Amino acid sequence: MDNNNDASNSNIGRRDFIKLVGAGAALAALSGCGSKDGSAKQGKEPTGEMTYRVDPKNGNHVSLLGYGCMRYPRMPKSQDLATENNLDQEAINRSIDYAIEHGVNYFDTSPLYCKGFSEKATGIALSRHPRNKYFIATKMSNRNQHSSREASLAMYKRSFEDLKTDYIDYYLVHNVGTFEALKERYIDNGIMDFLLQERESGRIRSLGWSFHGDGEFFDYMALKYPWDFVMIQLNYFDWDMTADSKRTNVSAKHQYDLLTEHNIPIVIMEPLLGGRLAKPHYKARAAMTQLNPEASAASWAFRFAGSFPNVITVLSGMTFMEHLQDNLSTYSPLVPLNESERDMLLKVSQVMLEYRNINCTQCQYCMPCPYGLDIPEIIAHYNRCLNEGNFPDDKQSEDYKRARRAFLVGLDRKIDSVRQASRCTNCKKCVPNCPQNIKIPEEMQRIDRFVENLKMDIV
Amino acid sequence: MLPIICFISITLLFLDFTGTVHAYLGWVAKMQFVPAVFASNVVIALAIVFLTLLFGRFYCSMLCPLGFFQDIVSFKTSFSYKKPRKGFVILRYALLAGFIATALLGGGLVSVLEPYSAYGRIVSQIFGPIYKFGNNLLAYFSEHIGSYAFYSVDVWVKSLTSFVLAILTLVGISIFAYKSGRGYCNTICPVGTFLGLLSKYSFVKLRIDLSKCKHCDLCSKKCISSCIDTEKGKIDYTRCVTCLKCVKACPTKAISYSKPFKKSVQKEAEILSESGAHRRNIFVGSTIAALSCATKLQAGSGDGGLTELKDKKVPNRKRPIVPAGAGSFKHFHDHCLGCQLCASVCPNNVLSNKAYGSTKPNMSYERGYCRPECVKCSEVCPTGAIKPITRAEKSSIQIGCAVWNKDLCIVNTDKVACDLCSRKCPSAAIAMIPPSADAPPDAPKIPMIDTERCIGCGACEHLCPARPHSAIVVEGVEVHRVV
Repeated sequence: MDNNNDASNSNIGRRDFIKLVGAGAALAALSGCGSKDGSAKQGKEPTGEMTYRVDPKNGNHVSLLGYGCMRYPRMPKSQDLATENNLDQEAINRSIDYAIEHGVNYFDTSPLYCKGFSEKATGIALSRHPRNKYFIATKMSNRNQHSSREASLAMYKRSFEDLKTDYIDYYLVHNVGTFEALKERYIDNGIMDFLLQERESGRIRSLGWSFHGDGEFFDYMALKYPWDFVMIQLNYFDWDMTADSKRTNVSAKHQYDLLTEHNIPIVIMEPLLGGRLAKPHYKARAAMTQLNPEASAASWAFRFAGSFPNVITVLSGMTFMEHLQDNLSTYSPLVPLNESERDMLLKVSQVMLEYRNINCTQCQYCMPCPYGLDIPEIIAHYNRCLNEGNFPDDKQSEDYKRARRAFLVGLDRKIDSVRQASRCTNCKKCVPNCPQNIKIPEEMQRIDRFVENLKMDIV
Repeated sequence: MLPIICFISITLLFLDFTGTVHAYLGWVAKMQFVPAVFASNVVIALAIVFLTLLFGRFYCSMLCPLGFFQDIVSFKTSFSYKKPRKGFVILRYALLAGFIATALLGGGLVSVLEPYSAYGRIVSQIFGPIYKFGNNLLAYFSEHIGSYAFYSVDVWVKSLTSFVLAILTLVGISIFAYKSGRGYCNTICPVGTFLGLLSKYSFVKLRIDLSKCKHCDLCSKKCISSCIDTEKGKIDYTRCVTCLKCVKACPTKAISYSKPFKKSVQKEAEILSESGAHRRNIFVGSTIAALSCATKLQAGSGDGGLTELKDKKVPNRKRPIVPAGAGSFKHFHDHCLGCQLCASVCPNNVLSNKAYGSTKPNMSYERGYCRPECVKCSEVCPTGAIKPITRAEKSSIQIGCAVWNKDLCIVNTDKVACDLCSRKCPSAAIAMIPPSADAPPDAPKIPMIDTERCIGCGACEHLCPARPHSAIVVEGVEVHRVV
């Protein structure tokens, strides 16, 4: 509760906000602007009780924090090859045990997550607990080579085997955002009918759909089938995207409102935008720190997502125990955002927009790139340098030489030269896989031109 | 001091891969005798000849890095006078004659015997990798403390031939030097023999004042050339490298480095003979053997992870590629001494001599391509085999020409679109065209190379996604031309 008091005592008006951002920028710059700025919550044991939401369709009590199984910890490897299972099962077991112990009961995986090894790892960890203690969510991820009827059915069957269960609590039609995708993956091969039958038979307890994509399609799809729930991407950056309509043509606000109007419960994904909201540009972070220096940037994003009443759970892919503990603290129990805090976050998103990050959430759907690029890491390096102020885009600037070296040396350290943006063949195989609708080849070529200019020193 | 500066400078030239040192010390390599002759650098070559006629073989004791290297090895050795044996004398002049002949005709013997390139080979092939391992270790630590001071670099054997030759040279010379000091310089080295001939007649040289000599032999024990006959009070000037250790050793000051009329230039000799501390190289090597014992499951069926990439293989080029600035393959071959300085400084890992098994470097694009902003090799080459050029000149010099192999191109093998070679070509010499006149508009396009614009930089070959053999390969041209 002190959290709430702190927050409400320090209400800031809209007009004060810009001033604060300006002043805070200097402060944040001094403090090094990393995420390791010693926020008191990190690594601290959660103390209160988990907040639960009741699923109106079946009465399930679902923990507000859902465990996303897409970002499991991996063992360090010299090369993270697509064919190797390098998940750290011990760490996964430890993390899942801790989550269950602290009230988490929703686990969301997919047959394609973590190079296709996520379901197996999740099954191993969860089967050590009584089946009625948790809900499993998995998906029909029949993209690309998996879209035929046979491959889709094999994928469905494998989920049950890997997860060691004979029923799935929440099953999703995975990442369908266009009419073409729906037709190819679910209508022509009869898989949608099959899944509806499976729900009748009880092997699927709740049938849902996860969406990234086209606005017109959303309005159609949301009402076309009798969904038990829908999973959408919702966070303060995507909430109202009037300022950045290029990314996608439908805001999270529109999706939330339409589903709520039709009494369809919502599962939230990407509350942190793949971690980007845990470490936004240091200028954007200032306002949060000023309002509550104890709270991590991530906790603000989780409170934003959790404050919507029609949300049954908010997923988070927690790679490290510290992430899990921070998130548990935020939702044990949830302290809903008040009006001024919400305003502050929506303004933070405006500040973030000024620093043109590439909108990648590190979901890895574009990988493996057939020609060996490390696409998510290339984008991550670009964004990281942008957000940390290591961005050498102006030769006249005093900092240019240092920033140029940091950018180029850092790039070679992070990514093997044969996997850098210069290797993009423009084959465009990745394009349909990106849920964030990033024009990956174009971005690769843009980054490559930037790197090339830096190397030639003609920025 | 001068010998130490020369030695350290040249060693640094071969070790430094960042190009920092070359801006300041590049001239040191150009002062070397044979490189100067090869570069037709008349001023330097004549200056060395003139100074030798004045002061004796100062070159061997002060400028030659291989000479100084031998002095380090034989630091502790005690010598004694050796009579010039007839066989050795014949061998000496025979090697000099052979050296001149091969230099004129062009052959491998030149780079094997020539002292500067022999030393260059040792440093670049043996000490270079050790230096780089050390650097990579520092880069590893600096990465962990978030510093960008060091970055790691590839360590690779640029040529097996040169590597083996370097080891043989190193071991051979070290043993020879340890046992008999400057034995190599006075038996094998053609530069030593040539300058020895001149120094017979030099104006200032070591002279023994027999009236003062006590025949204690201290001078000949110190003499790295074993050339002081104390019994007869004579010095073999063809072998003396004017190291002046004898002057220092003589308790009665019977030996002096002087003009014919015995006016003492002792003071100068003392200054010149000051010996410096020998630095030992500290070798920090680390090899991390990464063992993979992974369980393989449903290869690549899920999201994430990297596609395995095969290393590129060296194509079988019909004609070797030599750097812009060489002008032609013949010019390069005639002037190159095989010192490896260009290969040591090449930041793009393009120059090596693995491609056609010679001791002279040539270009290949498995590890990088000849980037448009770089003219490092032309800046450092001491022999004029690669003449200095500017960035602008380089951008229009054709050193080779790309050839497309349709059977390896991913447009045909993987049936996907790819325009990487065209997009990355710095001279816009590759256009993408429909595969046939009646091809549908969405059919993957194929590259068409404009041989009049291609400069042979290898960007296309290096970046080509076809592995292990690139689908587009550069063939050298015999005579470089401006396009």
